[in-house]
Amino acid sequence: MTPLAGTAADLVGLTILLPFLGFLVNGTLAFLRPRAKGLVTAVGVGSVALSFAVGVAVFLAVLGAHPDAPYVRTLWTWMPVGDLRIAAALQVDQLSVVMLLVVTGVGALIHVFSVGYMGEDPGYARYFAYLNLFIAFMLVLVLSASFPVMFIGWEGVGLCSYLLIGFWYEDEEKAAAGLKAFLVNRIGDTGFMLAMFLIFARLGTLDFAGASAAAPQVLAKGGGVATAIALLLFLGCAGKSAQIPLYVWLPDAMAGPTPVSALIHAATMVTAGVFLVVRANIFFALAPVAAAVVAGVGALTALLAATIGLKQWDIKKVLAYSTVSQLGYMFIGVGAGAYAAGVFHLVTHAFFKALLFLGSGSVIHAMHAAYRHTHGHADAQDMRNMGGLAAHLPVTAKVMWVSTLAIAGIPPLAGFFSKDEILLSAFTRGAQDPFYYAVWAVGLVGALLTAFYMTRLMLYTFHGPNRTGDLERPHLHESPAVMTAPLVALAVLTVLGGALNLPHLGTLHHWLEPVTRNAAVIAGTGEASTGLELGLMGLAVLIAAGGMLLAARLLRPEALVSADRAPAETGFAKLLLEKYRVDELYDRAIVRPLVGVSRVLLWKGVDAGLIDSAGVNGSAAVARGLGWLGSRFQTGQVGTYVVVFVLGVLAVFGTLMGLL
Amino acid sequence: MLLGPALAVSAILFALGAAGVLLRRNAIIIFMCIELMLNAVNLAFVALAQQLGVDGQVFVFFVMTVAAAEAAVGLAIVIAVFRHRETVDLENINLLRG
Repeated sequence: MTPLAGTAADLVGLTILLPFLGFLVNGTLAFLRPRAKGLVTAVGVGSVALSFAVGVAVFLAVLGAHPDAPYVRTLWTWMPVGDLRIAAALQVDQLSVVMLLVVTGVGALIHVFSVGYMGEDPGYARYFAYLNLFIAFMLVLVLSASFPVMFIGWEGVGLCSYLLIGFWYEDEEKAAAGLKAFLVNRIGDTGFMLAMFLIFARLGTLDFAGASAAAPQVLAKGGGVATAIALLLFLGCAGKSAQIPLYVWLPDAMAGPTPVSALIHAATMVTAGVFLVVRANIFFALAPVAAAVVAGVGALTALLAATIGLKQWDIKKVLAYSTVSQLGYMFIGVGAGAYAAGVFHLVTHAFFKALLFLGSGSVIHAMHAAYRHTHGHADAQDMRNMGGLAAHLPVTAKVMWVSTLAIAGIPPLAGFFSKDEILLSAFTRGAQDPFYYAVWAVGLVGALLTAFYMTRLMLYTFHGPNRTGDLERPHLHESPAVMTAPLVALAVLTVLGGALNLPHLGTLHHWLEPVTRNAAVIAGTGEASTGLELGLMGLAVLIAAGGMLLAARLLRPEALVSADRAPAETGFAKLLLEKYRVDELYDRAIVRPLVGVSRVLLWKGVDAGLIDSAGVNGSAAVARGLGWLGSRFQTGQVGTYVVVFVLGVLAVFGTLMGLL
Repeated sequence: MLLGPALAVSAILFALGAAGVLLRRNAIIIFMCIELMLNAVNLAFVALAQQLGVDGQVFVFFVMTVAAAEAAVGLAIVIAVFRHRETVDLENINLLRG
């Protein structure tokens, strides 16, 4: 009997139910009483806050028991089909509890922020309905006890992401961005589903616990099946977590409201891929090649996205590419077998990236308000229209600096410890497989770029002269307390988050040990000497500080001109601004050939040519021909009928009398 | 008791009637030929009733009743057709041609 039965862990289903009820209520209100803002706020924020409270209770229960095996709470049998018995079951263990707290905690803060940010929007109730639904699905994802149940959450958050990216669907571009996110994710989901089929075919079970137990016995380490499963799972992760080659949807996803970018496209949903790798760690431990692919793709993504982030002018686009880049770091960690490091960075990233996005939301809110006052039409998200905002938005500027230092990797902020841990684990892994040295080196370059582009963002947004316009400048104001309070709370978490897993204490590392133990035994782990660890740490700090100083020396915010007067970029800068033209490449190489083939072969050829003419019209022609043949007998002449009738009678009599 | 000649006359009458139905084109004549066939059958019934019991004679009444009804309905249709198309030549009446 697990020690968690009969404790608060039994209430875990409530954490999902509460936001879901919030969704139902707010969804109904969106139709009946879209103006009932007080009620919507109470339900929307309250349900998530309550869910967080229950999550804390569950966490305390797990903390008290520290169970060795996951506590699976079966709610009902969902799919009994032959050998396949899938229970709608929730799993409480160290990993899911961490995710539960992050999702509901950061989620609640972002809900509070949204009250201010979305306050003027006519779709207020609809917004909170979607946001509540997202929290419910995200909790299904992280609390699930089997792959299929996880898949429900996986698809559910994808749906909410689609709905919220296209929240302002009157704008065709934004609706298209939602569609793009949905379609790109489908590619990844195919991988997830194929992996599930393969797991069931080989292991006969889809439970996490059952699969983890059976996999080492059935699958050979480094074997083809294990590698295929791991790679297919990673394809799913690459879609959801925006890794090469499927990262293109995330920057476009910034079309949604900024708190959505913070919650879904930075803190929680996009980290689901990292979570999946950690959850299915046994397969990656059994497939070193797949793990190397994970780390390699992560490193490449981290570098590529960071370089694009260097040259973006849209404040949210910089943060979007930064998110893609940071997700790459998480995959470096989990690819190198340092699952705790990956989860650690996931948690700290949730804090500081949510803070960065909400901060940018606060900036955009102020810019919008200023432009609305003067009926200006300049881009409220373009950094070239900002500058010197620290004087107007002091709180936002301060907390943004905190999170910038954190993401750049300046100690003792959270990002320093988590990123350092990932690079350290890649470096120690290099002793077994030199490939990881390359991963580490690429990660290090990415860290330099991260420090650079974040400092650039801060300098251009908050410092130097203001470029908003003389009419607008007096209308730039700090956001209300309902928006700055979550910012401050997240800033505190960003400062203190590193304490979760301090070097040598490794609290989170030990906490997650029951989840990752089997994988660690199979894959083997390297230990770094203290000297090496300190050396790498020093190097990381040097690089982070170097990147920031470099940005401060090279960039001249005072030389910048506002967006409408800015000269066109040339050369490599243009290529970066255009994001390496990857979207165009995909359009040329995949989308257009696919559309062309669909049009010529599938539509004109197969559908119109084969199915329509041969199948549909062909069977009609056969029926018509047979009908024509039959109608030849219907002459309308009574004489003919009589002849046939007499002949028939003669035949019947003849048969009866045995003559014929 | 003259059974053989009676049946022979019946057969000849029936054959004449059938031939008329098959070969003629005037609706009235075809009708009359049908009557001829019915009465040929009646004759066979009566002849055979001499040996096989009274059932045959009873049947003749039924046949005559049906024949009368049929004549009434049939002639009414023929009159209706004639009023409509001014002909009772069946060659020209082929509305149901497929």
